[in-house]
Amino acid sequence: MWDLISNLQLGLSVAGSLKNAGLCFLGCLIGTLIGVLPGVGPIATIAMLLPLTFGLDPVGALIMLAGIYYGAQYGGSTTAILVNIPGEATAVVTVLDGHQMAKQGRAGIALGIAAIGSFIAGTIATVIIAAAAKPLTTLALMFGPADYFALMVLGLMFAVVLARGSVPKAIAMILLGILLSVVGTDIETGEERLTFGWMEVADGIDFAVIAMGMFGFAEILRNLENKEARAVVSGEIGRLLPNMADLKVSLAPILRGTGIGSLLGFLPGNGAVLGPFASYSVEKKIAADPSRFGQGAIEGVAGPESANNAGAQTAFIPLLTLGIPPNAVMALMIGAMTIHGIVPGPQIITKQPELFWGMIASMWIGNLMLLIINLPLIGIWVKLLQVPYRLMFPAIIIFCCIGIYSINNSPTEVVLTAAFALFGYTLIKLGFEAAPLLLGFVLGKLMEEKLRQAMVISRGSLWTFMERPVSLTLLVLTLVILVVSALPAISKRRETVFTE
Amino acid sequence: MKFTRRTAIAAIAALGVTAVPAVAQQYPTKPITAIVPFAAGGPTDVVTRLVAEHMSRTLGQQIVVENIGGAGGTIGMSRAAAAAPDGYTIAVGNMGTQSAAPALYPNLKYDPATSFTQISVVNFTPQTIVSKKGLEPKDLKELLAYLKANSEKLNYGHAGVGSISYVSGFVFNAQFGFKPALVAYKGTGPALNDLVGGQIDYMVDQSLNVIPQITSGTIKAYAVAHPERIAALPDVPTTKELGVDFIFSAWNAMVAPKGLPKDIQDKLLDALSKALDDPAIIKRYEDLGSTAPKGADRGPAGLQKLVESEVARITPVLKAAAK
Repeated sequence: MWDLISNLQLGLSVAGSLKNAGLCFLGCLIGTLIGVLPGVGPIATIAMLLPLTFGLDPVGALIMLAGIYYGAQYGGSTTAILVNIPGEATAVVTVLDGHQMAKQGRAGIALGIAAIGSFIAGTIATVIIAAAAKPLTTLALMFGPADYFALMVLGLMFAVVLARGSVPKAIAMILLGILLSVVGTDIETGEERLTFGWMEVADGIDFAVIAMGMFGFAEILRNLENKEARAVVSGEIGRLLPNMADLKVSLAPILRGTGIGSLLGFLPGNGAVLGPFASYSVEKKIAADPSRFGQGAIEGVAGPESANNAGAQTAFIPLLTLGIPPNAVMALMIGAMTIHGIVPGPQIITKQPELFWGMIASMWIGNLMLLIINLPLIGIWVKLLQVPYRLMFPAIIIFCCIGIYSINNSPTEVVLTAAFALFGYTLIKLGFEAAPLLLGFVLGKLMEEKLRQAMVISRGSLWTFMERPVSLTLLVLTLVILVVSALPAISKRRETVFTE
Repeated sequence: MKFTRRTAIAAIAALGVTAVPAVAQQYPTKPITAIVPFAAGGPTDVVTRLVAEHMSRTLGQQIVVENIGGAGGTIGMSRAAAAAPDGYTIAVGNMGTQSAAPALYPNLKYDPATSFTQISVVNFTPQTIVSKKGLEPKDLKELLAYLKANSEKLNYGHAGVGSISYVSGFVFNAQFGFKPALVAYKGTGPALNDLVGGQIDYMVDQSLNVIPQITSGTIKAYAVAHPERIAALPDVPTTKELGVDFIFSAWNAMVAPKGLPKDIQDKLLDALSKALDDPAIIKRYEDLGSTAPKGADRGPAGLQKLVESEVARITPVLKAAAK
């Protein structure tokens, strides 16, 4: 316990120095400003801004990069709420209720609760990392491919809950999402699948291409159907910040979201993606009136946003304790460390304690900075929504195109996004929803990879899923949820959960 | 003057006419783009940024790294091969794009041996033979015997078809007649994670990737597949000193589109050479478990020879596997 306090003290003395706190602030600010451009997610932002840190000492550089990461992540939520465009997989659920809130003139409250929820989640996650990074790593290493696959199966259950409309349509969308996720090179044989000889999609379709096309562009097409010039916000813009009543409703979802997000965040192989989906499903399931979800329920923003931020932070655990990146953003952070002459790995804690603890402390300071930066900015973002739509939509489209192009410097992906926009628009017209498709797409990639790894390791025996305790538990849990949902006695209640 | 399309064309033409003779003496007069055909933060990207920063100082113009990922790096290299050979587009490929790619991608739009003006190898990263912590054998000899007897029950992890760990593992397993199950991961990170967690048994991967795990004892290292010991792993023997005939290094190489003028090629090589001889960079290379090309290995001729010999060594193994 004393160790923890003295370590955090060391960290705070490093991260709290005027220079490092300044760098953290600068990182958060730039990260937010770049991340708020639609389509520019954390990966693109960090890659773009990496050279900025070259002149700095390693500790300062990493603190600034971490700031950029949090800033970009929060910036992504901002676009999700304001213009219905999720910058990355974890922001997909924020779109559902966040943008509805914005349409009702409650954008400020949605942005505010996202910032506050993120701060609370960040604070708790920082303590978790400082106190339990080592034991959590041991736990994460027990997760083999089979267990991971079982977790993803459980994750698919969330997709059904996400849907506002009919369940068969949601399932169709999930399957389509999984189908889209298999486009590209087969990881085991190197054979190209569904690419039609097209090199540009040999690595699969980028998430941003689908997300931006089906959410952002399709939404614009739908808005343009209305003849009268309209702003994004139809109603009056109300209060800018959440009040006590909003906070009271949100507190429990924030804490639950933090727990779920932290738990999934430190798992290897990008478990953090599941966090917001899981949190949203939980909130919708236990809500007294689930029909409010999808119509601008504040819990639907508070929970997932907290889960998102908690996961973003606990994802640093495998990076810091093992030197192994759990996702693409962390891989980029490792690259940045290497460029600065730090070899990441377990020895960092003992060899460079000021770096390790400085970075952990800077996570908390970064979250504080985000709150300080974003609460005043909310007024400006909300004002932006009042810009006439005829000026707004070309700007959104241009920024999106720049964002998509910057992912791989590929013009093909911009064209592909346009194709998905038409597809998304057609789906809207036919009453299908994009969110389950995106979840299917994100989980599909992981599921296939983990399933095939598990099958190769078990030499084709399906028993591997039953023999491993973690995998067995998760599968039984999935089955229980399935049976409970299907039981006739509860089916009335299920109706209210799934449809409204 | 009204700025019409015609005046614009005339202006561009005039620029072209006056610029051509000046190219030789003044190069570079604007920033240079270095295409890295992989994501930012990977081994090739890190090494490129290290030397590019130093070269920028020598050349007096910024070298801007542009990451164009996809299809095992072949999309970025295809784009580099098709660029104008004016010295303002260069690229850094690796062993995969510059020697394994022709065997893996039948529709490849370039030939590593003939589509580029070679500049030089940037670095060599020896491969290290590693296993999960709990594997029985204590040294390389025991490991080879153990694999001979048990390889069919074991799992070899790699970072995806065409990745360095895939190619080096393939050559290793083929050379000694091992037949493990190949477990494919998307990238080195997840594969290493499962090696540390004991889900897979062994790997042959770039020292750069495995040094932190070896020094902290979470995985076991048997040998570095290199003639000399590397500074970052002083206690790990080499295959050569153990008398095992398996030398394997990953490498990164700087190239430009075919037809680059000789004087520009010389200028780039000179700037790269200065970077490679800088003690600060040599130290960085040591930390990464890399070595800089020396003597005949450095420069266009050394790179051309390397590309040809690697293509000749790797292609038959990969082709045989595909059958």
